[in-house]
Amino acid sequence: MREVALHLMDIAENSVAAEARNVCIEVHENLQSDLLKVIITDDGRGMDAETAKQVLDPFYTTRTTRKVGLGIPLLKLAAEMSEGGLSLVTEAGKGARIEARFRHSHIDRMPLGDLASTFLALLVSHPKIHWVFDYRTTDKNGNVDNFEFDDTELKKELGEVSITEPEILKFVRGLIEEGIQATALQTTV
Amino acid sequence: MPAIKSLEELKRVREEALQKKKMKATPGNVQVIVAMGTCGIAAGARDTMKSVLSFIESNSLSGVTVTQTGCIGMCEQEPIMQVVIGDQPKVVYGKVNAEVAEQIMKQHVQNGIPVKDYVLPL
Repeated sequence: MREVALHLMDIAENSVAAEARNVCIEVHENLQSDLLKVIITDDGRGMDAETAKQVLDPFYTTRTTRKVGLGIPLLKLAAEMSEGGLSLVTEAGKGARIEARFRHSHIDRMPLGDLASTFLALLVSHPKIHWVFDYRTTDKNGNVDNFEFDDTELKKELGEVSITEPEILKFVRGLIEEGIQATALQTTV
Repeated sequence: MPAIKSLEELKRVREEALQKKKMKATPGNVQVIVAMGTCGIAAGARDTMKSVLSFIESNSLSGVTVTQTGCIGMCEQEPIMQVVIGDQPKVVYGKVNAEVAEQIMKQHVQNGIPVKDYVLPL
């Protein structure tokens, strides 16, 4: 993976696979505390303590098509490479919360990447999931900016009209791209 | 973000979409499926999907369903994309980067001719 945004997409797919109905993705870039924090919370089936330990192992997977899992261990490694870490809080039947922290200024920190494309791809490919995206930035002077996208109203309004109808797609893409652009830190690429 | 304003705009856009859909007869139900397992994502599946979506947008292509699937066990062929038109058998493509995706959208989804060079033998 070359971007944090790609990891987010990958981890969110785990939530979908765990039959979550609500998935929340939070991204917080904080230059004051020099921290990039991403959190994925879902209400899927969760994991018992034993499984929770196993998912950190690259050779654990629930899939049957290939023998290695890789998703969570890759994110953990990326976080640890930039003096951060990963924590997983879960309980069987009670969803899961994965948090990854990176030192923002660390030379090995992966770029945040194209958040808008990640969010749009998730929205389009899983129309039955209730998505909440929250992107927040804090600059060096402590100014906070945020873009929150909750798809409840969008879905209510669309009704039976598919999000992949060209006009809708253009609207939603524009909304997300503009929101993220307006929130992004000026110094980060 | 002024939420109410954008919601009103959404209503208008939705009406437009409905009307255009009525006007255009779509040739059967078209489904585009992008594989989004860890392998797919690492190989560039998000760019593949982005390319599919932007083709739909720029060509005002109505009636196409875009979804995803997990790893289907051919990780070395990722990004993998499948196209199903009406009740025709599904066509599975391998190594579909953004450019190939655009080609498939144009030639297969729009004009019904599979892009042979990228079809995976199943």
